[in-house]
Amino acid sequence: MLTLAGPEPTADAAPAVAVRCSGIVKEFGAGETRVRVLHGIDLDIETGAMTYIVGPSGCGKTTLISVIAGILSAEAGEVEVFGQRLGVLSGGRLARFRAETIGFIFQQFNLLPALTAAENASVPLLVNGASESRASRRARDLLAAVGLEQHLDKFPAELSGGQQQRVAIARALVHEPRLVISDEPTASLDAHAGQGVMALLREHALSKDRAVIVVTHDNRIFHFADRIVRMSDGRIMGSELPPFTEAH
Amino acid sequence: MNRIALKMLFGDTAKLLGLVFGMAFSTLLITQQASMFVGIMQRTASLISETREPNIWVMDPVIEQIDAVRPMRDTELARVRGVPGVAWAVPFFKGQAVVTTAAGGLQSSFVYGLDDVTLIGLPHEIIMGGREALRRPDAIAIDEAGFEKLWPTQPLSLGESIEINDRRAVVAAIVRTAPPFQTQPLIYTRYSQALAFTNNGRNQLSYVLARSIPGQDPAAVAREIESRTGLKALTSEEFRWKTMMYFLRNTGIPVNFGTVVLLGVIVGIAVVGLTFNMFVTENLRQYAALKAMGLTNARLIGMVVLQAAVVGAIGYALGLGLTSVFFETATSSPTSFFRGFYLPWQVALGVGLLAAVIMLLSAIVSLRRVLVVDPAIVFRG
Repeated sequence: MLTLAGPEPTADAAPAVAVRCSGIVKEFGAGETRVRVLHGIDLDIETGAMTYIVGPSGCGKTTLISVIAGILSAEAGEVEVFGQRLGVLSGGRLARFRAETIGFIFQQFNLLPALTAAENASVPLLVNGASESRASRRARDLLAAVGLEQHLDKFPAELSGGQQQRVAIARALVHEPRLVISDEPTASLDAHAGQGVMALLREHALSKDRAVIVVTHDNRIFHFADRIVRMSDGRIMGSELPPFTEAH
Repeated sequence: MNRIALKMLFGDTAKLLGLVFGMAFSTLLITQQASMFVGIMQRTASLISETREPNIWVMDPVIEQIDAVRPMRDTELARVRGVPGVAWAVPFFKGQAVVTTAAGGLQSSFVYGLDDVTLIGLPHEIIMGGREALRRPDAIAIDEAGFEKLWPTQPLSLGESIEINDRRAVVAAIVRTAPPFQTQPLIYTRYSQALAFTNNGRNQLSYVLARSIPGQDPAAVAREIESRTGLKALTSEEFRWKTMMYFLRNTGIPVNFGTVVLLGVIVGIAVVGLTFNMFVTENLRQYAALKAMGLTNARLIGMVVLQAAVVGAIGYALGLGLTSVFFETATSSPTSFFRGFYLPWQVALGVGLLAAVIMLLSAIVSLRRVLVVDPAIVFRG
């Protein structure tokens, strides 16, 4: 198993394992068209760190985070998220675990077009059964924290790409998940907006007992990572420290 | 999440309008046609419904419905009166005659002969003239729509004369009746006068109208009449249903109306079902995102069913309202073809259930897509 080194632990708290993947195998298709996408992935992701998963298109990055999130099930191997083995959870319990534990940021934002920014940001809390008033209050606070206090009641179509991604960040964090999974968060943004989004994500999503996983191609944002895991052809090829660690 | 489901629904105005109008049109088509069908079926037996005093109709055994009359001997009346359990029995004549107006117009009409003494069978709503005026020689009562058919340019008035088979008759009363199946003038007169008008001579007794003694079961009394006279005796309710069932079996009415109702259901399923399916398909990525965020399938089902229920309820209410407006405006004139038609609550309830089934089917077909949607699609660009 390849255990990746996290950032230097502080004196009072050693990083814990947020995600542990053991021998993950994932295949798609059937019969002769069956394709193995993940070839026995072993990977530990620690708390308090922003871990990037990088690699060429089709190398299995998105499949890996889908398996980590419990959205896809693996043919073989085991995923543990904060000590919870996902394989033993039934559909409903897995959905509830995901709702409580994981926040998502998608490349295409996936905001609901009929909801305002504040309503979009409150969705995970509503999924977790919070009252509308509490969800709305918390979403508005968080949107203000990411600089969108002037845009709370605007619909996604009225926001720029960068603003939409900030709403998506607020949505991912509103229920204070312990793990944030972000898929190409800057792919639809220009360089400036991308830097701003990653800075916000680092500022608001990370803490000692939380972890962030970012799948990206965008080497302009590599300096925000604590560690970078490289994948190729469904295998982990190694990990490294980011190029400009002083950016942290 | 219910509010989010509704916002998703109301956020797509074009599809919402398509869904609501599809359901409204379907409801309008089905309720209007089903109500018309019920109305026409009731018209076939309107004479029985309107003749409220008797609760037993006695007739020749071959008769299957009220319009096909086979006369009995006049003496049958006395035999029916002699059956235990019969409180009273009166003769009733039903025939057709050609009426000639003073202007020379010809009009086929129904002639009803009522018991000379009691005038049982005369409609209760007399809008001009009086019941007793029928006792005068040559006196007739005519229905309001029939008057307007015979004298289209004249206001309702008494004293107008017509010829029935070369015999003069004078309008002594104008009555309002339940609309009949055939839209011919209805002429009410004394039994003896009706026989004279129609020149049919003796033994022209169409029906004996009887009433059972209070406390006696009319059906049992009818069976007693049958066993003692060899005639057919039916309670009013039995005769009404027998007449309606005859028309159901022997005319194209159910097929015609059934076809349009079926068309309404098809329009409902096709337009509403496909549009709703399209709405769900276009929002599939949103459902997938919610699923990825941990929304359970049960709550997703709840959201889609709520969306379907709201569309169904609005469309149904709109369609029902349009049907009501149609009947309200179309039936306002006493001579309108639609006179007497209405929207029975049973039809409204039945179509409501049908609308629920249509929306449920639409939701089930669409739900399959939602439930099998791969939440991983939200990671694809």
